[in-house]
Amino acid sequence: MQELIARAKELLADGTVARVIGWKAGDLPYNPEPAYFEKEEDFDDFVYNSFCGANLSKLMIEACKLEGKTLVCLKPCDTYSFNQLLTEHRVDRDKAYIIGVGCKGKLDIERIKKQGIKGIKSIKGAEITDDAETLTIDTLYGEKTCAFKDAMLERCHVCKGKEHKIYDEIIGESKDTKDAERFAEVEKIEAMSPEEKFAFFQKELSKCIRCNACRNACPACSCRKCVFDSTKFDSQQKANVDSFEEKMFHIIRAFHVAGRCTDCGECSRVCPQGIPLHLFNRKFIKDIDELYGEYQAGEEVVERGPLTSYTFEDAEPGIVAERG
Amino acid sequence: MYKIAMDNLSALFQKIAESNELYLPIENCGQVNYGVWSEDADVNIEALKTVKSPKDAFFPQSENLYRCDKEEKKISITPAQLKDQNFVVFGMKACDIQGVEVLDKVFLSDPVDTFYAARREHGTIVALACNEPEETCFCKVFGIDCSDPKADVATWIVDGELCWKALTEKGEALTDAVKDLLTDDSAADAKVEEKKAEIKDIVEKLPYMGLSLEGWGSEVVDEKFDERFNSPVWNDLYKPCLACGTCTFVCPTCQCYDIKDYDTGHGVERYRCWDSCMYSDFTMMAHGNNRNSQMQRFRQRFMHKLVYYPINNDGMYSCVGCGRCVEKCPQSLNIVKVIKAFENQGGEK
Repeated sequence: MQELIARAKELLADGTVARVIGWKAGDLPYNPEPAYFEKEEDFDDFVYNSFCGANLSKLMIEACKLEGKTLVCLKPCDTYSFNQLLTEHRVDRDKAYIIGVGCKGKLDIERIKKQGIKGIKSIKGAEITDDAETLTIDTLYGEKTCAFKDAMLERCHVCKGKEHKIYDEIIGESKDTKDAERFAEVEKIEAMSPEEKFAFFQKELSKCIRCNACRNACPACSCRKCVFDSTKFDSQQKANVDSFEEKMFHIIRAFHVAGRCTDCGECSRVCPQGIPLHLFNRKFIKDIDELYGEYQAGEEVVERGPLTSYTFEDAEPGIVAERG
Repeated sequence: MYKIAMDNLSALFQKIAESNELYLPIENCGQVNYGVWSEDADVNIEALKTVKSPKDAFFPQSENLYRCDKEEKKISITPAQLKDQNFVVFGMKACDIQGVEVLDKVFLSDPVDTFYAARREHGTIVALACNEPEETCFCKVFGIDCSDPKADVATWIVDGELCWKALTEKGEALTDAVKDLLTDDSAADAKVEEKKAEIKDIVEKLPYMGLSLEGWGSEVVDEKFDERFNSPVWNDLYKPCLACGTCTFVCPTCQCYDIKDYDTGHGVERYRCWDSCMYSDFTMMAHGNNRNSQMQRFRQRFMHKLVYYPINNDGMYSCVGCGRCVEKCPQSLNIVKVIKAFENQGGEK
């Protein structure tokens, strides 16, 4: 982390960049927040640890409109989102200075709390330099431990790899944390009967409070004005007023980001109700892989993705009936 | 004081549900929220915090106000029925109960909100003292005692038993209705006192206990008000905000709502639903929006809780320190960080 701070300060001082987007230490052991750093003294609060899960690539849409270059800290999986934003001309490569930051998996405080750990005073093992396999957590109710793996975000269990796909320089080591099959959960749902599928999603989506956190955190959701916010259509809804929200909001959103979703997992990370929203997107990814050939959005900057180009080999609409 | 074994709670719930709708914390797909009790519900009253606050019981996220139906050239208007069935909210914590008091001041002052008033009239609150407060809790900062919640009935979990004490007429009536299941135990009083002391001890050790509200509240008027309102601190604070509605929708005191029409095809259903000051069309009127940047909307939320509301309500804050926003904000922003930011920087540049 010190190397990262030193380098960021240097790039600010020599005028290469006008600002830095990173994370600021929180007031609890696990709640750092995304933040802008413009002056040397701002860095007193700079932090980069295993609780820095937020994907900062989306902040670059606004940052690219500002004067000068912006330094942004991106983890390996965040770089896919940045590439996808470049593909869609939503960010400007020339306005970004990307430091690929090392990542050995990010932690999910909800998963720690689910294990009955509460009254947290401090957490050891979350430092980025730490290679601890166990977190030692000091709480008001005694010292607890938790395996690092058991506290990782869902997305880290299906890690896309330790490689940064776009960067100006890399600081820190990364680790591939994959220990589960990416499509295993999707396959489980595919195997369900239509009634079971419906029940599964209705139960999960009935928790939705329409806070829009999934949409607002999603790097693929970059429309200036979302149709669900527009007062000009009946589509604007603020609550689960009828079954529409439960069934349609998330499905429409999944369709809209299909072929563009990099599977960064922000939607599920930010959902206050713990809805596994990534499953919708992952189903689309799996289908695209099967119907158009393997494709990972954001792996590189492309002209056209599988759903925005046409070839004679493309699947015919009739495939829907065939697949059942 | 009465008591009942925790193992026997399902019988208690069944009994209450015979003559009341019963709302209590229920686990669904890994999350605990207030919901209507049924025999197969996965009740979890030991969870400290539900994701959403129980304010839904009195002020649902959406409710119909009236419907208009068109038949040829005739239009009929049918008002939605007011709540007329008794219900019980079981397990509410002290912070959430104060949240209801905050709502009362808004909805029960003139002009009275009849939908809300009907729910308050028919609702009985059974409070539950907090067992193991967490690091995100800061109710004491707002003068709330989580070891001694004040409602129609107060309860405490002590040694595998639920101790039960009626505090109001409504509470007495509910106690009478379930008396067969309760045992009178004079020794329980002492045990509860012990429990209260234990909880208070933990509260003192919580990390947010030292939070100072100096510089906030009903005294922030005239120049002090202008200073705070125009402070450059807001410009830094709002930046990571995603403009989602998580903080407002999990909050026990947020009371803003929007009124909208649902086109039924042959008429209109007019409903209201929670609104969020974080949303771009919040309080939008024909002329446009008077808060057209996210900074302004972000500032609105905290100024409302910590300044506007206290000014209008004899100094009462409209934050109760439940800590839900602390836990749920996707960007880890929250009211505590806002209070601290002004504390550190004076905010009075």
